[in-house]
Amino acid sequence: MPRVYSLAALIAVWALAAALIQSRLLPGPLTIGTTILADVRSGELPFHMACTLGRVVSSFAIAMVLGIIAGYAMGRSKAIDRYADPWLIVLINMPALVTIIFAYIWIGLNETAAILAVAVNKLPNVMVVMREGARALDPELDEMAKAFKFTWLSRIRHVVIPQLAPYLSASSRSGLSIVWKIVLVVELIGRPNGVGFVLGSAFSLFDIARILSYAISFIVLMLVIESLLVQPLERRAIRWRRRPA
Amino acid sequence: MEVVRGLKLRLDAGSFGALIGPSGCGKTTILKIAAGLDPDFRGELRTPGSGRFGIVFQEPRLLPWRTVEDNIRLAMPAHAAGADLTDLIEILGLGAHLARYPGELSLGLARRTAVARAFALRPDFLLLDEPFVSLDEAVAARLRDELVALTARTRATTLLVTHNLDEAIQLSDRLFFLSDRPTRIIVERSLPPPRGTRSRELIASIGDEMRELVARATAKAGGD
Repeated sequence: MPRVYSLAALIAVWALAAALIQSRLLPGPLTIGTTILADVRSGELPFHMACTLGRVVSSFAIAMVLGIIAGYAMGRSKAIDRYADPWLIVLINMPALVTIIFAYIWIGLNETAAILAVAVNKLPNVMVVMREGARALDPELDEMAKAFKFTWLSRIRHVVIPQLAPYLSASSRSGLSIVWKIVLVVELIGRPNGVGFVLGSAFSLFDIARILSYAISFIVLMLVIESLLVQPLERRAIRWRRRPA
Repeated sequence: MEVVRGLKLRLDAGSFGALIGPSGCGKTTILKIAAGLDPDFRGELRTPGSGRFGIVFQEPRLLPWRTVEDNIRLAMPAHAAGADLTDLIEILGLGAHLARYPGELSLGLARRTAVARAFALRPDFLLLDEPFVSLDEAVAARLRDELVALTARTRATTLLVTHNLDEAIQLSDRLFFLSDRPTRIIVERSLPPPRGTRSRELIASIGDEMRELVARATAKAGGD
């Protein structure tokens, strides 16, 4: 309940400020609400949101799959870690904007470049978290699985993945929020659609109402995904831990 | 790191051997070698029967995210996954706990689950690494009795690692005393059958005899 009150207070402060200032630069909640409704009806908002969401999902998936494999390998093998670590450091310290620009220059102003640029930005973060997870794997359980001749698949399924679950959920959580922020930048720079593109053109027109409507709609969508998808999965993964010892 | 060198250990099929020695003398290393878990082992290892073995580690090593029953069944080979475990579970008194998670179990119950897991795959060869350590004496005594009952039924060749002489005498047919650095078998003795039912007095007198043998062997080794 405190969350609801706090959110209501935020909206109230906003409405009050807008009413006091009476400026085109700070439209009130009501104006935003009607803008959102109008754009939903015209189909424009759902279209751009779908474009952005598609990019978020694909680049997130690519970054997670590659990051899990690479991070796990680095965590399990010192040799691989020694060779891959410098690359990882370069990747971590590469500004998102630089990656995006190079992707557009080298690959072209297209969807592939956009998605890859975002995935590369997210990748090192997944690698770091998964490397920690792989390092934290319990060698005693590993030995147990060997002694009882677990198959490769059941070792991964019953021994490795449950131990990696907290790391998986941490990296996908932080991943989702990083990815959607970078997707907007990628769209702003080089895509003809998506929320980032709309924000860019609204910025050149000083159309604050549109900027706020799209931003708020997208934040809400991400919160819904987080609470309907990420959190339930997380709860499922740690079910066994909630029982009293 | 080299822990053990030039050690020869032979155990008759179907018998129960105990490896006794001070902590840190390489007992667990020998057990791991027997289990094929030591990748650096250079030597010869021959195991009885089908080579199917069960192992009980010093720590229960259960999967915390799986119930007691899943922990037992997941360790079984695929073709035996549906096997009837009623007897095993009854002997070990796990019936009421099958749906619980390892985090909810006492150490005694967790050990029993680990013992059930080792027996569930019907091993020809059974390795036990201090399975009674840090249990209350009453709980340990009960688990020892259960183990006697289970090994009598399965006739698995068993190797027990322990630092507790009385326990070793109670359970085994053959004792191997290890020395510390270098790890060597300094005394090896067979015990008269039947095992498992030796009286407290008998255990105490065998124990005294063994302690004297070991002391003499140690003194002699020191004098070399």
